[in-house]
Amino acid sequence: MATTTTAITAVAANDTLVRPSRSLWSNAWWKIRHDRLTVGAFFVLIVLGLLSASADFLAQNLFNYTFEKQDLLATYTAPTTANPAYLLGTDDLGRSQIVRLLYGGRVSLSVGFVAALVNLTIGIVIGLAAGYFRGWVDDLITWFITTLQSIPTLFLLLIIASIWEPGPVTLTIVIGALFWTGICLYCRGQTFALREREFVIAAKTIGARDRRIMFNHILPNILPLIFVLAAIDIGAIILAESALSFLGLGILPPTPSWGNMLTGAVGNLVRGPWLVYPPGAMIFLTVLCLYLIGDGLRDALDPRVRSHAG
Amino acid sequence: MRTFILRRLAYAIPTLLGISIITFVIVHLAPGDPIRLYTFGSRATNEDIEALRHVYGLDQPLPIQYVNWMWKVLHLDFGQSFIYHQDAAALFIQYIPNSLQLTVVALALQLLIGVPLGVIAALKRGTWADGAIRVFGVMGHAVPAFWLGLVLILFFAVQLRWLPSQGLLTVGKDVWDIPDRVRHMLLPAFVLSLTGIANYSRLLRTETLEVLSQDFVRTAHAKGLRERTVMFVHALRNALIPVVTALGGILAGLIGGALVIETVFSWPGIGRFTFQEAIAKDYPVIQAAVLIASVLLVISYIIRDVAYALVDPRIAVK
Repeated sequence: MATTTTAITAVAANDTLVRPSRSLWSNAWWKIRHDRLTVGAFFVLIVLGLLSASADFLAQNLFNYTFEKQDLLATYTAPTTANPAYLLGTDDLGRSQIVRLLYGGRVSLSVGFVAALVNLTIGIVIGLAAGYFRGWVDDLITWFITTLQSIPTLFLLLIIASIWEPGPVTLTIVIGALFWTGICLYCRGQTFALREREFVIAAKTIGARDRRIMFNHILPNILPLIFVLAAIDIGAIILAESALSFLGLGILPPTPSWGNMLTGAVGNLVRGPWLVYPPGAMIFLTVLCLYLIGDGLRDALDPRVRSHAG
Repeated sequence: MRTFILRRLAYAIPTLLGISIITFVIVHLAPGDPIRLYTFGSRATNEDIEALRHVYGLDQPLPIQYVNWMWKVLHLDFGQSFIYHQDAAALFIQYIPNSLQLTVVALALQLLIGVPLGVIAALKRGTWADGAIRVFGVMGHAVPAFWLGLVLILFFAVQLRWLPSQGLLTVGKDVWDIPDRVRHMLLPAFVLSLTGIANYSRLLRTETLEVLSQDFVRTAHAKGLRERTVMFVHALRNALIPVVTALGGILAGLIGGALVIETVFSWPGIGRFTFQEAIAKDYPVIQAAVLIASVLLVISYIIRDVAYALVDPRIAVK
């Protein structure tokens, strides 16, 4: 073993044209590191995540304010640097906007990521099954997806939310269960093509079971672009959740979410215009970062993009 | 072509069936008893409630209720609204024209702004114009539309007082006062069209770049055609084909997006109406709303596919 390695190194050293071979992942990693926009977006997203995660700590130690604390003597305080808790002003009940913004981030981000995990799981499993087994399984799944895509998602979400009035956890699962069709269709299409390839036939020949072929052989081949779709899905889910919470049907007060903070802002456009900007700007920033990461990952991972890029 | 259209119509039947089942099931699995809800506080006895339940057919098993409901739906009878005591479908349908106005204007804005932006970005690839359009493309996707609506209301209606913040037209004005209607439509139509503009600009950029790198464009250049002829007669016609495909997703986005935008701008359309009825748990109207909105979507998908087959004959053959 050791001798072969040295032999190869020796050959490589002699021949300046030979480079160490790169895997898809190391290639992608190299590309992403040199893509400043994607790195920036990652950085911003991590900072947002850390800030939301430390909401409790910051609220207690820096702002001395809890998210539900009301101060009726300090309603509609315009943003001021005099008191850290009033950095973004207060609302009609004298609640600190910056503290609520931190907690809102915690809710919005966790809903986005957990729901995306749910839709990834459903989408991958069902997509693999449809593409691999074909026949009536595929017909049934395709029919279900076409049906689901023909009902405006927000209508469906609105109606489910208004009828069942789900709590945050149920809501997250419901959103995840409604957004899986895109990932599922992608997995299905890829599996369709891959199951005819030699390595799948080889695996079958040596007696691998269906589950093993699907998850150990086919899945790793379609995984890279699933990350791209996942990043974009998280963004779309955060947008949908915020719209639903804004309508008063998603995350319900007193738990702050970026969406329901804006519901409060609507009634106070004249007295507290500063209430409008921060929550929406945070949604915008988060979703923007996720979409940029999605784009960056696609550039790095999609072999077709690589050949087109001039 | 005729077989293609017929086959496409036949494919829609199972989809419509699925939509009807989902619509029915969601409402019927709902917790709480609508009859008890609406007799709450009144002096209705248990017998009265049973009688009401019988009147609305709620005492029969679910599959039978579904078949009965479906039979009525096929005769365009969605039942009476629990709240307005009027025909549920008629209530919903009267809001369609208002939504259609907004949707058509938004769609036109998307095509008129989004398509040229994408083509310009592709032609000026690598320049600052391309960069700006691409940044706009991502941002237009990521911005929460309802928030943008609020910010625009705050700026143009509350602070500058240039535009009205809500409604279809000023109370007391003539229905045909076009300038007044346009002023009311500006903000909601722009906000509603933004995602589509972003979509189209991204799509057209990729497509134009793709087409420009193909052999027939090189041949056109090689035989000495002017740049403008190559661009508009050869390249653009092919780059525009996917615009038709994207139409389906855009329409779905418009119908869904209208729900939030109409609520923000108090636009009396189907989205805002559905929202109000959903809050009020007016089940017959909710069912009518979801079903009719979905059927509209299915119809627009069919139109999209047929249009696609018309501009790209290869599709119909498959």
